[in-house]
Amino acid sequence: MSVIVVSDLRKQYDQKVVVDGLSFAVEEGEIFGILGPNGAGKTTTVECIAGLRKPDGGSISVHGLDPQRDAKKLHHILGMQLQQSEMPDKLKVAEALELYASFYENPADWRELMADVGLKDKADSAYNKLSGGQKQRLSIALALVGSPKVAILDELTTGLDPAARRDTWELIEHVRDRGITVLLVTHFMEEAERLCDRLALIDGGKIVALDTPAGLVSQVDTEQKVRFRPASALDDTLLTALPEVSSVERHGQQVVVTGTGNLVHAVTSVLAQHQIVAMDLRAEQASLDDAFIALTGRRFDHSAQ
Amino acid sequence: MLLQKKLILTETKLFLREPAAVFFVTVLPVALLLVLGLSVPGFRDADPNLGGERFIDAQFPAMMVLLSVTMLALSTLPATLVGYREKGVLRRLSTTPVRPGSLLVAQITISAVVGVVSTAVTLALGHVVLDVPVPRMLAAFAGVLLLGAVALFSIGLWLAAVAASARVVQGVSAAVMFPLLFLGGMWLPRDLMPSPLRAVSDFTPTGAFGQALRDTMGGHAPSPAHLAVLAGWVLLAGISAARMFRWE
Repeated sequence: MSVIVVSDLRKQYDQKVVVDGLSFAVEEGEIFGILGPNGAGKTTTVECIAGLRKPDGGSISVHGLDPQRDAKKLHHILGMQLQQSEMPDKLKVAEALELYASFYENPADWRELMADVGLKDKADSAYNKLSGGQKQRLSIALALVGSPKVAILDELTTGLDPAARRDTWELIEHVRDRGITVLLVTHFMEEAERLCDRLALIDGGKIVALDTPAGLVSQVDTEQKVRFRPASALDDTLLTALPEVSSVERHGQQVVVTGTGNLVHAVTSVLAQHQIVAMDLRAEQASLDDAFIALTGRRFDHSAQ
Repeated sequence: MLLQKKLILTETKLFLREPAAVFFVTVLPVALLLVLGLSVPGFRDADPNLGGERFIDAQFPAMMVLLSVTMLALSTLPATLVGYREKGVLRRLSTTPVRPGSLLVAQITISAVVGVVSTAVTLALGHVVLDVPVPRMLAAFAGVLLLGAVALFSIGLWLAAVAASARVVQGVSAAVMFPLLFLGGMWLPRDLMPSPLRAVSDFTPTGAFGQALRDTMGGHAPSPAHLAVLAGWVLLAGISAARMFRWE
């Protein structure tokens, strides 16, 4: 069942068109990613869905509610974690959660939630004493404290160190396990690949592609490479004879096999048949990055990170 | 619903966690009255320039009430609101069923309570320690306090509306507040001002407010002109603030 339906959404600021006819539907209980470079219109899109901005055209329905007309009802079932939104410096973690819980008719148990996001030890810590990762976890908890049906998380790992980022990802997977539909905005390929059930690739306010992460990658028919060091002598023709292999190169002791299809399996099988041990075996597959380049015709913009 | 009890309670805790703010709006005015009232002998003598009143009978306590309300309205309130806007606190609130206006209501409620408590403590301790008479026109005094506070808070909200950042609002607050306090008679009583300066003072919110407080404390009816000036500031600043205030 689709719980969020966006059709032909349009939004412009002054003369600049930011969202240019977006349509997509999010299914109940999935993590739906909105991925794109900075300035692609991701945040504007989710802000329209959350009723924070008025679209210039098109329609949005969230569990049957119109974000503009039914804003108050919507905010009872939709929790949102905003990009760059902080709490007052001296507000304590427990106070923030207790306060936000008081805003909703049927809030979650905020103490339990505080423990779930790993902030139990920080209950009495002031907001400005928290680390970036802890602030982000509090922000996620605040988005969930109203027991929402839908959670929108906007750029939640930007500015976090890799360890904190991985912790946050784990937390999001738990959010999905609660049955909450998650709309995740990100410009990190790795994050989208790891978390999203499906994702919409946005560029210039338009959807470029919409699929599962694996589906997006498979749309790009790039060649794969397998590198290894054979422990014993290897005849290149064993490899070039395989239908999957297009070329074999040698860099010193290292063999680099280029090809398509299930290349890793084909190469390792033939090596096993001839009892050749492959050392330091590494496979390089097409990634979401490659998919982005193939689908938009330009490199993903990392410059603003 | 704009009145959120929990929000008011939480914001009160946050206010009390800022010792500097609490000191300037509550402790300082009372302390100045008591310390200077007890240590400067001339303040306790009948002054022919003040129609035989002592300086601490009406002029000094009126100025301390003015000081407390002015600092709350022109410094504490705009700094808090602009800080919240800058940090995205107001925006975050707008994602919940509670309107960001509730935070404004909470802040104004707290300021009003703090202003009233500070005024009451100043008058009560002044009465006990320095025998400052209880305002003889108590109802008029309360009315003037309300009108003057609304005028100054409207200006504070207008400052919060136009200031782009917390840093800017601090500077602008100071630049507006100190001249206004001077024109209100904080350092040079209005009775001693040269008449052109007093004429300017009459049209400022602090000049009109300070004089009306002093009049009602001394048992005189406030001048209708001063009440009109305050009402004018309420309209002018209130409408500008309402038009220009941004939540994000």
